[in-house]
Amino acid sequence: MNKCIERIYNGLVRENPTFVLMLGMCPTLAVTTSAMNGVGMGLATTVVLILSNIMISMLRKVIPDGVRIPAFIVVIASFVTIVELLLKAYIPSLYAALGLYIPLIVVNCIILGRAESYASKNGVIYSAFDGLGMGLGFTFGLTCIGIIRELIGNGTFFGLAVLPESYEPLTIFILAPGAFLVLAFLVAAMNRIKLHGGRDTGAGGNCDELCKNCPNTICKGREVIENGR
Amino acid sequence: MAGNLIIIAVGSAFINNVVLSQFLGICPFLGVSRKINTAAGMGSAVVFVITLASFVTGVIYKYLLLPFDITYLRTIVFILVIAALVQFVEMFLKKKMKGLYQSLGVYLPLITTNCAVLGVALTNVTKDYTILEGVVNGFATAVGFLISIVILAGLREKMEYNNIPKAFQGMPHVLLTACLMAIAFFGFAGLK
Repeated sequence: MNKCIERIYNGLVRENPTFVLMLGMCPTLAVTTSAMNGVGMGLATTVVLILSNIMISMLRKVIPDGVRIPAFIVVIASFVTIVELLLKAYIPSLYAALGLYIPLIVVNCIILGRAESYASKNGVIYSAFDGLGMGLGFTFGLTCIGIIRELIGNGTFFGLAVLPESYEPLTIFILAPGAFLVLAFLVAAMNRIKLHGGRDTGAGGNCDELCKNCPNTICKGREVIENGR
Repeated sequence: MAGNLIIIAVGSAFINNVVLSQFLGICPFLGVSRKINTAAGMGSAVVFVITLASFVTGVIYKYLLLPFDITYLRTIVFILVIAALVQFVEMFLKKKMKGLYQSLGVYLPLITTNCAVLGVALTNVTKDYTILEGVVNGFATAVGFLISIVILAGLREKMEYNNIPKAFQGMPHVLLTACLMAIAFFGFAGLK
């Protein structure tokens, strides 16, 4: 039981996919125009992550090593299709808001990364909790960015007007540049905290490091960088 | 007909720039933009793969998925086709075109999970583009990617020795540069 809680803590805090590992940047920047979209995208990813981790962990002794990546991708793509169809049927408003980014969960490096580095080596229950922890960490990151962008860019909090009438919303924060701006300041704040804590800057400090730490094994970026080509 | 294609091309290369307004392919955009040479190599490889992939996925969608009424399988089919295509292109170039392989080859495996490739294939389908329109859209999107990654690499080379506050070194100042580029690309919205 303890190890299950440890997995969730690991995903939420120690290896938070958004703030520490900086994985899955595309949906992080694209869908966080409002807090609600952030939660929706995060939860959709969490569901896919848990289900694919369970399935891959169950099949880990059946899948031959040579074809494991294509096999993982098929498993992940199937669950993404299921989630996409369910969202389309039951929450059409969220489906419309997230649009193209739902099928693109397939290429989110967090999911393939967890399948490769955790689920293919560990038991079903731990893998499920690993998926839950990572998914919640991702949801937490997206929701934080979504709340900040929605509050400054639209003056609302989960759709409720919280700032006084006199506040003129800075619309740029819910447009494309705002995403880069908010993330830049959040990462800078993280770096600042780490600098004062006396620890090294870690994953967020350097872009080459960033690519090296990415567990996405199909992407050979780390090899290219490591070999200095 | 030609006018329609030009509108699609300008729209996806500049107005809805794939990186700066749709946020597809952020990982290579931030990760491989240290030097102009590598950025240009990566960008050209993306142009090559996306153009080819939009043609192949367009043909498969029209002649395989639509007639059998299995369009809901498109995500699975497209990602597998793209992965196989990239492998195939890499092998072909290695065997037949040594020069091109030297300049593009190392970037090819990076592209399989670049979400821009799958993103373009899915956009072509959701917008009901014909195969020709899809190829033009794919090519223009990829050219948009090439332009923005080369500009970012140029800016980063210039800023390499600047005096940047410690907390902003690395990722944050790259993100801020991207933010300013995104604001600049808003200027193209007037072209509509």
